[in-house]
Amino acid sequence: MKTIVRLAVTMLFLNSIIANCQPKMVKIKGGTYIPLYGTNNQKVTIDNFYIDVYPVTNQEFLEFVKKHPEWKRSKALKLFVDDNYLNDWKSDTILNTNQNLQSPITSISWFAAKNYCEAQNKRLPTVDEWEYVAMSNENMPDARTLKNYNEFILSWYEKPKTNIQTIGSTFQNYWKVYDMHGLVWEWTSDFNAVLISGESRKDVDKDNDLFCGSAAVNATDLMNYAAFMRYAIRGSLKAKYTMKNLGFRCVKD
Amino acid sequence: MNILKTLGIIITSLLLISCNKNEKNEIAIVDPAEIYIKGTIDAELTSPPFVPAPVGNRVAKKLLVNMEIIEKEGTMSDGVTYVYWTFGGSVPGSFIRTRIGDVVEFTLSNHPDNKLPHNIDLHAVTGPGGGAESSFVAPGQQKTFSFKTLNPGLYVYHCATAPVGMHIANGMYGLILVEPEGGLPPVDKEYYIMQGDFYTKGANGERGLQAFDMNKAIKEDADYVVFNGKVGALTGDNAITANVGETVRLFVGNGGPNLTSSFHVIGEIFDNVHIEGGSTISKNIQTTSIPAGGAAIVDFKVDVPGTFILVDHAIFRAFNKGALGMLKVSGKENKTLYSGVKQEGIYHPEGSTIQTMPDENGKKTAEVKVVEKSLTQKMKDGKQVYMNTCFACHQSEGQGIEGAFPPLAKSDYLNADVKRSIGIVLNGKTGEITVNGKKYNSVMTKQTLTEVEVADVMTYIYNSWGNNKTNVTVDLVKQVKNKN
Repeated sequence: MKTIVRLAVTMLFLNSIIANCQPKMVKIKGGTYIPLYGTNNQKVTIDNFYIDVYPVTNQEFLEFVKKHPEWKRSKALKLFVDDNYLNDWKSDTILNTNQNLQSPITSISWFAAKNYCEAQNKRLPTVDEWEYVAMSNENMPDARTLKNYNEFILSWYEKPKTNIQTIGSTFQNYWKVYDMHGLVWEWTSDFNAVLISGESRKDVDKDNDLFCGSAAVNATDLMNYAAFMRYAIRGSLKAKYTMKNLGFRCVKD
Repeated sequence: MNILKTLGIIITSLLLISCNKNEKNEIAIVDPAEIYIKGTIDAELTSPPFVPAPVGNRVAKKLLVNMEIIEKEGTMSDGVTYVYWTFGGSVPGSFIRTRIGDVVEFTLSNHPDNKLPHNIDLHAVTGPGGGAESSFVAPGQQKTFSFKTLNPGLYVYHCATAPVGMHIANGMYGLILVEPEGGLPPVDKEYYIMQGDFYTKGANGERGLQAFDMNKAIKEDADYVVFNGKVGALTGDNAITANVGETVRLFVGNGGPNLTSSFHVIGEIFDNVHIEGGSTISKNIQTTSIPAGGAAIVDFKVDVPGTFILVDHAIFRAFNKGALGMLKVSGKENKTLYSGVKQEGIYHPEGSTIQTMPDENGKKTAEVKVVEKSLTQKMKDGKQVYMNTCFACHQSEGQGIEGAFPPLAKSDYLNADVKRSIGIVLNGKTGEITVNGKKYNSVMTKQTLTEVEVADVMTYIYNSWGNNKTNVTVDLVKQVKNKN
């Protein structure tokens, strides 16, 4: 009897240790939805998966760099990162005085983000998975047609320097996930899957049904704009690019 | 013999023909695509209202243009701020000056702090998207592309990243000039002016940081129509200047996104207008139409001194939405050309306050408790109301205009009775009054201001220019309002 109790206690103890070392993840129940942009407006089915509650922080990435020196600023291959990689850091392993350990890591390339996730036995989310989680607001899984949900996203585009805020400073959504909008853009594994050339008139040709010609802006238009900007930023990226407003988080099957 | 003669005739005629041909070749226009370039220079870029030095008769060259996109907060009007997206940090963006046949090597950088990808579509470019596809650039990156200028004229450039309307409405436009062979005829003064319409969540004059309003933009219901990105960019100390006898050339563009400009200079006639920025020159024009995404080059000689007002002659835009600029001309008067009484301050912005003719029946309003603001805050807010609403007639220091608008500075009429003065602001006033010993007989319209705004502006007036320092409370304004 005693041993069982002891075992149980140790198990609990171990559990809590593991929970503390691992950044928290939550389960996302899969489903079927139509992404705003995608290939031919088809339904997409998402399986169940786990996602990080917060974007990866400066502190977490710092630890990763210490463990994996090949990702230090001075060592990283130019094939995998551009010149701005971690350029705000004081040195290879020291943050700058104005950088908060709990702010999201930015100025990292897709390669660096992908490697980070793999080192944790995780992976980067696909665009469809990311959008699936991101379309929820505080209390519903799909808030894309709500005016205030879209206005929040659009207003973020006008706020300067949101990347220096700390994680958790925006709302917790339906899935108990924070900061999907309002902090930083986030890398996805297949960010170039939807081709947006940046030449809007051509982009619109491609997706005629994206912009309805109605005279008034209804929620759908706002929704299109809020989302279009996300796809436009993805379309403008290359895997080695690093950006001050672009971070990431990981997922797991 | 005959044969010889005919041969001779044939030969001479052939010679004649070939001579003619040669002459024709000399007159023939060189294909701009074939213009040979010699050397490389950095392009001089200027912020409005200034333009780079004329091209003159330099040969075609490779021209390096480096432009940076910056998203930043700026001032739209007194107390109103807005997040502008800019080419080179100004609205409109930097002025680019080239000549026909130049090869422009254009590098577009997107500042790392920016959130959005951008690009540039130059109407001077012959090529798909005007360069938009080649220049799509993520924050922290730069893109380079080059083009040859094939057509002389004044062209608009703008951002063409979706939503295009939003990027343009936030200020992403500017002008690029392609001068003809030998340059434009020299003038004394050149300036750069560009009109744009802005759409904000709050109404015109509503204070604070205003967000872009997509709904209003689609309905084409502009809150601000302005020259050079903000109200007052070309008035007061920012006015453009010239001296009597000089020729002035204005490079005028219209970024839109929606409205066509009816560009006019009050008190001047354009001697020459390059219609729509092209090669057709129209003479003696009063008002020229500049479409959204278009431009015009106008020039005129200034013959008399004074302040000349630049407007969009869709006139409510000028006096109530901000499309008003000033050209101040100094020098000797010439009575034979213009004999009028010179009076400063006839044309001033009137702000967005709705004016109505005075009437006798005030409306009763429900009681709402208002928290009184501090005197400093009231002075600050009151000044903004004053500059928006009262300044056009009563002038910047409350001096008024003799014979037309009574003074508010050291005014016996004003200081004698606070309630009466509040009543005039609320209900308007017609008929003769005597102020500081001078008679005035005109109309003051009823001002549509909130009670708080009336209290602020009256407090500001009473605590400025040697008046009796009354602090007008919101309650007092309410009392006067409800007495009627």
